[in-house]
Amino acid sequence: MLRPTQRLSSRLNRTEMSWREKIWQINWSLIAVLTAIASVGFLTLYSAAKGSLEPWAIKQMIRFAMGIGLMITVAVVDLRFWMRHAYILYAVSIVLLIAVDLKGTIGMGAQRWIDLGFIQLQPSEIMKIAMILTLARYFHGASVQDVGRPTFLIPPLLLVLLPVALVMKQPDLGTAMMVLMSSGAIFFMAGVRIWKFALLLAGGLGSIPVAWQFLHDYQKKRVIIFLNPDQDPLGAGYHITQSKIALGSGGLFGKGYMNGTQSGLNFLPEKQTDFIFTMYGEEWGLMGGLFLLGLYVLLTAFGYAIAMRCRAQFGRLVALGITTTFFLYFFINTAMVMGLVPVVGVPLPLISYGGTAMLSLLFGWGLVMSAYIHRDLPIGRRGGHDD
Amino acid sequence: MYHDNDRTKLFSRRALMLASGKGALISALIARMYYLQVVEADRYTMLSEENRVAIRLLLPPRGLILDRSGIAMAVNQHNYRVLVVSEKSPSLDYTLDALSQIITLTDHDRARVTKEVRRRRSFVPITVRENLSWEEVARIEVNAPDLPGVMIDVGQSRFYPLEHLGAHILGYVSAVSENDQSDNDPLEELPGFRIGKAGVEKIYDMALRGRGGTSQEEVNAVGRVMRELERREGEPGVDLALTLDTRLQEYAAQRLGDESAAVVVMDIHTGDVIVMASTPSFDPNAFNRGLTHDEWKELSTNPRAPLQNKAISGTFAPGSTFKMVVAIAALEAGVISPEQTVLCRGHTELGSIKFHCWKKGGHGSVDLINAIKGSCDVYFYEIARRVGFDKVAEVANRFGLGVHTGIDLPNERPGLIPTRAWKRKALKQPWHPGESLINGIGQGYCLTTPLQLAVMTARIANGGQQVVPHVARDLITEKDSAPRPAPNWPSCGVSQRSLMLVRKGMNAVSNEPGGTAFRARIEQDGMWLSGKTGTAQVRRITMRERETGVKKNDELPWKERDHALFVAYAPEDAPRFSIAVVVEHGGGGSAVAAPIARDIMLEVQKRERARVASGQNCTDHACDHKEHG
Repeated sequence: MLRPTQRLSSRLNRTEMSWREKIWQINWSLIAVLTAIASVGFLTLYSAAKGSLEPWAIKQMIRFAMGIGLMITVAVVDLRFWMRHAYILYAVSIVLLIAVDLKGTIGMGAQRWIDLGFIQLQPSEIMKIAMILTLARYFHGASVQDVGRPTFLIPPLLLVLLPVALVMKQPDLGTAMMVLMSSGAIFFMAGVRIWKFALLLAGGLGSIPVAWQFLHDYQKKRVIIFLNPDQDPLGAGYHITQSKIALGSGGLFGKGYMNGTQSGLNFLPEKQTDFIFTMYGEEWGLMGGLFLLGLYVLLTAFGYAIAMRCRAQFGRLVALGITTTFFLYFFINTAMVMGLVPVVGVPLPLISYGGTAMLSLLFGWGLVMSAYIHRDLPIGRRGGHDD
Repeated sequence: MYHDNDRTKLFSRRALMLASGKGALISALIARMYYLQVVEADRYTMLSEENRVAIRLLLPPRGLILDRSGIAMAVNQHNYRVLVVSEKSPSLDYTLDALSQIITLTDHDRARVTKEVRRRRSFVPITVRENLSWEEVARIEVNAPDLPGVMIDVGQSRFYPLEHLGAHILGYVSAVSENDQSDNDPLEELPGFRIGKAGVEKIYDMALRGRGGTSQEEVNAVGRVMRELERREGEPGVDLALTLDTRLQEYAAQRLGDESAAVVVMDIHTGDVIVMASTPSFDPNAFNRGLTHDEWKELSTNPRAPLQNKAISGTFAPGSTFKMVVAIAALEAGVISPEQTVLCRGHTELGSIKFHCWKKGGHGSVDLINAIKGSCDVYFYEIARRVGFDKVAEVANRFGLGVHTGIDLPNERPGLIPTRAWKRKALKQPWHPGESLINGIGQGYCLTTPLQLAVMTARIANGGQQVVPHVARDLITEKDSAPRPAPNWPSCGVSQRSLMLVRKGMNAVSNEPGGTAFRARIEQDGMWLSGKTGTAQVRRITMRERETGVKKNDELPWKERDHALFVAYAPEDAPRFSIAVVVEHGGGGSAVAAPIARDIMLEVQKRERARVASGQNCTDHACDHKEHG
């Protein structure tokens, strides 16, 4: 898949690339897979609107086109630029997170947006990327010995816990878990010993009763309902019960495109956003589901391949961090609609209707692409030339 | 850069581990998808269909009830209702205000609507008022533009055009109550559904109901109907033709007037009940409309019991109308011969107890025929004593007294003809010899219904065939009706001679001077009737009263007056109809009951003649039998 390019490998020590060279390096197969996934989304949104581009499919297409533009822009920007600005981006995200706490728009029972007029800014989305960039920068210069020192791990741990706490406070359990898990993946890739994770996990499990106190009532309810959805099939367990009915009734080959009765008759809640996979599964069946899952796996494989090919630790960590975040998106969403994990507000990446998630995801893939384009670039400890 | 190599190796190892973890999660997803979409697919498909499809029952029209000549007695009427759909009305209060300017709305109606609206989903129509007049409907329609969300709907309600006439036989319908739900008919779940609660409406309820159709509708998550998928029409209820003649019924009710009374006229061969009237009556429409508290109180506490069908649920001492049965029992037992005479001196004695005849001076020497003609109590004391009451009771049962006749109406009471065994069991007392005497003139414990008396007379007149009365012309099953087969009744098991002798006595009662009903005879040729009077005493006459003179009925309060009874058959020479008249606390049988019976019997026969003459008799049921039998 990844064609080693003779021209670049012959200039291993070059620290600067021209725009033309970068454009030449754009990975079009990656864009093709992204477009394939997004197209599944367009089709499903068209069906969700009972065969109409309005109100969802057309907007989603425009956003995707904008997102691809953004992605390419991000990809051709020098990877070192992103490394140098990682901490600043992190600081801005923290400020924005505090800002939503202070004067956020109330939406869906949680304060998550800042209305900038032309776009509703969701700081937690920016934070997902800023977190990865920050940790990748922190671990970029660290040797195996550094990583082995517990004192070395305390600053990044604090860097993770601060935004997690802020996001939890919004409250957005899904995003908090995702930030925590993708950060964990970077710690893991950086070489932190497994027993330390085990220790942390044990500590985390031990603190569940304490954390339970800080959950909002609706979050507690969701967890309880996840554990026993049948206790209240028409009340709060309604979403997940109807979702399972829709998926299950889809069977092997589905009810046919635009023929989903569960979604067509509004038994499915939020069918254009968080529960879009259910609608897709009802209409296309197990085969359709496997096809989509295959596309996601393919995209994940791209991410891994780019990470492995990357020379700089920063690029490797960024590529794997973004890939893992993306993986978590679709895993949590599909597992949620199938009743494997509690209902948390995580969209199906590139498919669920929604602008911010689409743009931030493509921004992320832009970084992965940047890591690909700059895969042979040696990067110094502070993001300068190799020193 | 030594550490860089280590890091790369470590990175590769860790990437592999992370990828394996992700692979495991993906496998879990696939396994779950397989479980939901393949293993459990059938179950979820069913659940999704249940979600999608709602089945609505369609109310079938209830079967009509007609009299023997096809006059409608119970029909279905359009019930115009005004409904309001709250989602289409900008303000419910405003709409109700506007509506109350046009039709009368009580505060109670308004409160109920407001409550219902809050309970139901906003697109569900809520009934504001039922049974609108045509004028009210028109006024609402004209003002429709000012009444957003208001609509008119046509339902079905039962209507009895003849009102009081035949109400006891028809019964009435009303909403299903909790105790009624037993036969698992899904129709019973429908909010507007009415079931038969009395009379033939109850007995033939399942046939009259018909079967509900279904409409399968696709509904969305909030229950709004999107489209109809499939419609299966139901079957309308079976129309029920009765044996009653409403014209005669009307005549009989009119003739009974304000009395608390009952009359039954039946065909002695087929068992067709042609007239069954019980006064006072009630208007069954009131039940469908909903009775007010006062109306209900008046109906249920009236001492003359308008709700009771006295013809089958009222039990009265038969009095002297019982004497034919005693005579037959004695003749069959051979304890008397018709020529044997008994001397009546106005009373007889058994031990130390004196038994009085109704005629103070006595009848003198009487044989069987004269004993019936003059209704001599002493004669029947004597023969009842001779034959023993158990044998009398046995014959009485065979003639339909003291047992259910088996008529197709609910709440028929069996009455009572006492026996030694009954007394021992029910009262835990031995039979007193004097009781044979007192029961032998139809007093004492004896209780019969007017229908039983009509059946008894029919069985005497038809030569001892155990005819069973019925009010439905055809045999009605749950889903169908078929013509009644030609009757083939079992025999009472008594000799024709005994029956002939008794009939001779009854003929003398009505048609010979000195008979107790001679003044109430029919003189038209071929319409003569033969009957028997009865006067049932309801109070005890003390020794002292007998000395000072027995009080006349007029002097007594209503509740203490005698019951007046009369049974008869006609025409005398070729019997066709039997009749029983009971006037509760009406006085003497010959003075009160016999003239009523005479007038009704004359009307019955005239009408029959007119029908035969105009050649309509083929609509008659006897004609059907010839064709089918």
